[in-house]
Amino acid sequence: MKQNKTYWKGLEQLENTAEFQERANKEFPDYLPLNGGDTGEPSRRDFLKMMGFGVAAVSLAACEAPVRKAIPYVNKPLDVDPGIPNYYASTYAMGNDVVSVVVKTREGRPIKIEGNELSVTSKGGTTTQVESSVLSLYDSERLQNPQISGEDTDWATLDEKIKSELTASSGKITIVSYSNCSPSTARSVQALADMYGEVSHIQYDPVSMSGLLDAYGEATGNRSFPMHHFGKEGTIVSFGADFLGSWPNHAAINKEFTDSRKLGPDKKDMSRLYTFESNLSLTGSNADYRQPIKPSQSGLYVANLYNLIAQKAGVPTIGAARLEDTAMLKKAANDLWRSRGKSLVVSGSNDKNVQLLVIAINDLLQSFGSTIDLSKSINSRKGSDTEFAQLVSDVKAGQVGTVIFYNCNPAYDHPLGAQLISSLGKVKTTISTSDRMDETTSSVKYVAPDHHYLESWNDFEPVTGHLTLSQPTIRNIFNTRQAQESFLRWSGVEVSYYEFIKQAWAKLSEGDATGFLDKCLHDGVFNLNTNKESETTAEEFTLSVDAVQVVGNLKAYATNAEGLELALYTNYSVGDGVQGNNPWLQEMPDPITKACWDNYFTVSPKMARENDWFVKDGDMDYKEATLTVNGQTVTAPVVPQPGQAYGTIGLALGYGRTKSGKVGDGVGVNAYPLISASSTGLSYDAKDVSFELTGEVRKVAQTQTSQTYAGRETVIQETTLSEYQEDPQAGRSFPKISLANGEKVKPYAVSLWQGHEYPNHHWGMIVDLNSCTGCGTCTVACQTENNIPVVGKDEVLNRREMHWIRIDRYYSSRDESEITEKDLDSNIVSKEEIAADNPEVTFQPMMCQQCNNAPCETVCPVAATTHSSEGLNQMTYNRCIGTRYCANNCPYKVRRFNWFKYHDNAKFDKNTAMNNDLGKMVLNPDVTVRARGVMEKCTFCVQRIQTGKLEAKKEGRRPQDGEIQTACAKSCPTDALIFGDMKDPESRISKTLKLKYKDKSVEATEDRAYHVLEELRVMPNIWYLTKVRNKDKNDKIEA
Amino acid sequence: MSDISIPLVTEEEVAHESGHAVEAPVREPLVTGNKTVHDVSEDIAGRVEQKPTITWMLAMAVSLALLLAGAYAVAITVWEGIGVWGLNKTVGWAWDITNFVWWVGIGHAGTLISAVLLLFRQRWRMSINRASEAMTIFAVICAAMFPVLHMGRPWLGFYWALPLPNTFGSLWVNFNSPLLWDVFAISTYFSVSLVFWYIGLIPDFATIRDRAKNKVSRAIYGALSFGWTGGAKTWSHYETVSLVLAGLATPLVLSVHTIVSFDFATSVIPGWHTTIFPPYFVAGAIFSGFAMVLTLLLVTRKVYKLEDYITIQHIELMNIVIIVTGSIVGIAYITEFFIAWYSGVEAEQYAFINRATGPYWWAYWSMMTCNVISPQLFWFKKIRTNIAATFIISIIVNIGMWFERFVIIVTSLHRDFLPSSWAMFYPTVYDMGVYLFTFGLFFTAFFLFAKFFPVINMAEVKSIIKATGEKSAKPTK
Repeated sequence: MKQNKTYWKGLEQLENTAEFQERANKEFPDYLPLNGGDTGEPSRRDFLKMMGFGVAAVSLAACEAPVRKAIPYVNKPLDVDPGIPNYYASTYAMGNDVVSVVVKTREGRPIKIEGNELSVTSKGGTTTQVESSVLSLYDSERLQNPQISGEDTDWATLDEKIKSELTASSGKITIVSYSNCSPSTARSVQALADMYGEVSHIQYDPVSMSGLLDAYGEATGNRSFPMHHFGKEGTIVSFGADFLGSWPNHAAINKEFTDSRKLGPDKKDMSRLYTFESNLSLTGSNADYRQPIKPSQSGLYVANLYNLIAQKAGVPTIGAARLEDTAMLKKAANDLWRSRGKSLVVSGSNDKNVQLLVIAINDLLQSFGSTIDLSKSINSRKGSDTEFAQLVSDVKAGQVGTVIFYNCNPAYDHPLGAQLISSLGKVKTTISTSDRMDETTSSVKYVAPDHHYLESWNDFEPVTGHLTLSQPTIRNIFNTRQAQESFLRWSGVEVSYYEFIKQAWAKLSEGDATGFLDKCLHDGVFNLNTNKESETTAEEFTLSVDAVQVVGNLKAYATNAEGLELALYTNYSVGDGVQGNNPWLQEMPDPITKACWDNYFTVSPKMARENDWFVKDGDMDYKEATLTVNGQTVTAPVVPQPGQAYGTIGLALGYGRTKSGKVGDGVGVNAYPLISASSTGLSYDAKDVSFELTGEVRKVAQTQTSQTYAGRETVIQETTLSEYQEDPQAGRSFPKISLANGEKVKPYAVSLWQGHEYPNHHWGMIVDLNSCTGCGTCTVACQTENNIPVVGKDEVLNRREMHWIRIDRYYSSRDESEITEKDLDSNIVSKEEIAADNPEVTFQPMMCQQCNNAPCETVCPVAATTHSSEGLNQMTYNRCIGTRYCANNCPYKVRRFNWFKYHDNAKFDKNTAMNNDLGKMVLNPDVTVRARGVMEKCTFCVQRIQTGKLEAKKEGRRPQDGEIQTACAKSCPTDALIFGDMKDPESRISKTLKLKYKDKSVEATEDRAYHVLEELRVMPNIWYLTKVRNKDKNDKIEA
Repeated sequence: MSDISIPLVTEEEVAHESGHAVEAPVREPLVTGNKTVHDVSEDIAGRVEQKPTITWMLAMAVSLALLLAGAYAVAITVWEGIGVWGLNKTVGWAWDITNFVWWVGIGHAGTLISAVLLLFRQRWRMSINRASEAMTIFAVICAAMFPVLHMGRPWLGFYWALPLPNTFGSLWVNFNSPLLWDVFAISTYFSVSLVFWYIGLIPDFATIRDRAKNKVSRAIYGALSFGWTGGAKTWSHYETVSLVLAGLATPLVLSVHTIVSFDFATSVIPGWHTTIFPPYFVAGAIFSGFAMVLTLLLVTRKVYKLEDYITIQHIELMNIVIIVTGSIVGIAYITEFFIAWYSGVEAEQYAFINRATGPYWWAYWSMMTCNVISPQLFWFKKIRTNIAATFIISIIVNIGMWFERFVIIVTSLHRDFLPSSWAMFYPTVYDMGVYLFTFGLFFTAFFLFAKFFPVINMAEVKSIIKATGEKSAKPTK
């Protein structure tokens, strides 16, 4: 049954009036203020909408993560795999140094430079400057565009203007550069000559070897720097020649020199080195016998040595003034004569006459053909002082139409530079290819900035017959162009420099040119006539030195000169100052003085005592003084330096840059203007300088202030060769501990705990104190590899440098009888802390000892530092809360704390590797950049160990010995650091130390091996080998 | 004394019921001035009820200023990093841990006075224990600032150092580390001291509540007194809890500074690696704690006119403790030297000669003068009963004890095994600022306490006036 019922919604519907119907058809009633009502004001809904939108917009904006510019490759380059490094052989070339290197790149960025072991010339070694140079690539203060009169321009405009000027120019075209040993560069310069007529290429060296070159020119007719060999087990005598620290190719010299001094069960003999020098150089500090002499006597020392040798050889002596103190010289002469044929005499003098005498001595000693190879020359030193002086006078006379400064900076690093620059107005066209607006470039009109060497193609012949190639490892970062390419463009040669080199090299190949070039690029080096060992002997060259005549030219030298003398030297970190804007170099402490970020006058301690130049109770406080010579005045702090010759003042070149960039500017004083330039050449020392205290006291930032090891025999263990030959354990110290019953035993004999178990690997290292020359390359290599921040001078003064590996430098103590009241202040607790005036020097590389019983591990409250199953003392940065207890409890004080945030912090803008986007490209992506407030330290390059293990694992084998290398060991030019697996009985470390692996402990049976601070029983994984000096028994010779 | 479990009650009851003093008549009274029970309430609770005096306001203003100035140094330290301090690669701890150990040491006297002396029934402690316990708590708070602030990353460290369950996998704290032991030692000591102090305050809060003339203070002190009724059963519980807590706190007096000394003693650093440290540190802590109690009480006594409660006898007894502990410390210093020589350990011998004659000789000789020589003056009764002399020596002792920690920490670290790393430490304004901050904190807290809390334990003092407060007064009946 269906009923039709009607339901109403209300009475209104029932009534169904017209008014109701009108309303019912409207969806929304009129009175709802949908559109803001009649008033037009914003309604509640508007408000909600606006607010809703606002909140959503604000929160969306706030939620947005910062954009990180990590863009994957659209088309992945064939050779570039993210996370996998590529290595390219190339050649370091900055200033006048050339070293064959291997460049490690990650995702297309060069991040580390290592030595090229295939190179015969550099022998796989690097130097601090080579290691640091990768950071110079990412220097944001390099020029980013070509410039004309200080305004940015483009290359086309620049080329056009230069070409038209060169064409229109009437005067001579002169290219000024440092010594050039690149054949292709020479040919590109030749291309300019082909186009514009005469082009003269003036070469100079910031530290000139013109005297030596001229001497060989005169003696052999061939002005060159012949190859010297320091690797024979004979006698080497150096008169101020710092061959270990500042000679060209010194990484290779270090290797040769130390190879001849390595000792072991099968080799118990080594070379002997005598030095006669004014400043304590790196060479002098490695000498077996050293006598400080004044520069004004150096010529006479050589002449006296000539006479001593001449007597033995039975040739006429020459009429040189006899020196009073010749005991050391006689001893040296005896040794030289005894080992003639294996002996070598070198001099650092820039005086041609002194060098001629040295040639004569070497001739008497039959060195030619043995320790000096005249058939091969070192081509990275060619500079001529007279040519440069001629250029300056030509420019002054207005005879030069165009000057091209090819990557050199004479305004800074040549004493005549200031004259040259002030006369540049007379030169119509001035061009520079410098990479930055440096002291010279800021005075020229056209700037055609060159690539960094890591962006360049090039070839070099650093040593005759040994070529090395340079290839770009990154596309040029800025709008720069290779200088040689510029020369080619300006010459109208439209071939790229790469093609230009290829064409030249194709001629060297026998057959497949492409394959040949690929092989050369892979190896980085190519040796001409490699099959034929050069057997050139002295007979093939006519050596003509008229010693009698030469000695007549040595009148300037006196047996006993009064007055203060200046002796300039190059520092081992910034060197000649080319890389002055490199913070790694600036913070690298000088191996001898341990000072960084400054240069200073070094004076003899005896002189300082007599003249009150010490700051009593000072802590890195030094009196300031002004030195005037040749009308030039410089002001610097006075640092008493053991080993400095009495009456001399040393000062390092390479500082005082004014236009290098924010890092290098204003660091120290420029000593180049103090070089005296005469018609015969440059002289790096000066007589009768005036020296006055200013009354001020200044701070010099040093990383080590103590001088000696205070007789602590468990730190440094050293002996002499004669003692070593009798007893291989000579010099060793055997600390004992007493048991309750009074029995004295070795510290390792008792333990409550058995120790860690190492199931697979057990990494360890040898530090051969006898091989370490103290150069400090490891420090910079480690800094590069491990992203170690630069903290700047103030923080070094606060003793907060961050280096993970340091070279401790210890002098021998002075005889107590020679200690005076003036030596004592509150810093001296025991008299053994006072260094001898002419000390023996020991260098001790010190890094985390990776103790098996690590004192740091037990004290960390949060277990941030723990022991690995491979013997590593690990540091977990993420977990570290920074109590610094581990650092306090570290007996070796190798832990470094992040006192501040060193990255992305404007206060540390000199730490360029972490404070700008470009600089950060140098960071090693495998190593964390540490946060503020965490502890860090040497990890044994755990990232390299992991990579090496992974590589081996992929190939299903165990890592081979030598395959895994820490950055320091890899960079060490002298093989003083040997890293390896102590569990592998075939490894070099196991064999050298003759390791006995027992259960959980490892013992070295090599007689020279010891643990530093053995008595603490922390059982390091780093073994030191005793230092052995080649001294005679009961030797009483004193300077 | 048949009932050993609640001896206090028994003893007091005996004293009360018998109506004559348990003290021997030859003994000096502990409270002088014929105080009645009502006088005690008036003298002590009255201070709480009165409006703050000008002196108090001035003192408070100074300490607040110190607190604010110090807070700036703390803020910069946290913001920039502890590089603003003078520490370096060789000297990883200096003022921070010196101040930490110094404050913890000061914090020792409170517990010793309230717990150990309670167990030994030294009733002279009654009028000084409240203030010294308060001092302990504030000193421990000040001390605790340093382990947190000295961290490189305090925002993580303050809880990572605790053994908390976490999401970092199996990551746990390192139970081998003396720093972790410190965390436990200090936090235990702080909790026990706080509870002990608060339990003692409850009856006095109730007294103030009962005397309160306005609702606000009645409500506040009512809440603070936890509904104390003063019934016999409540008193009985109170006394029992006091004893139990005293029993708990007594080993802490020895343990806290023992463990703090382990920070050094378990290390390998010459000058730190010394087995003598635990007793030597405990003695030193009591030494400095008593000196600090004296410094504070001599001022409080003067300002609050409490000479009748804190008498010369109290001062003299504390001075005797200072001679004893000061002499122990002195012997410890000499023993260290002897052992350094006797051990034949080169580095150890050097560390001690360096302390005395090296670049920090002035710190060493300040320590020796202040800690070893100055307390010996207390052998003279004239000096140990002289308020001014006591006040001066009490401050000298704490200066000396600060130097002791500075000498131990800095002179041992700055020249340890390898001469290459030898370095000096120079403090910066931020080192000083953070130290001042803790002074500001300490005095602000102490002045607040002195104003709003009863500075003397009224309940306990009332229990002894019958017995010892009426030397020449008329008999009770």
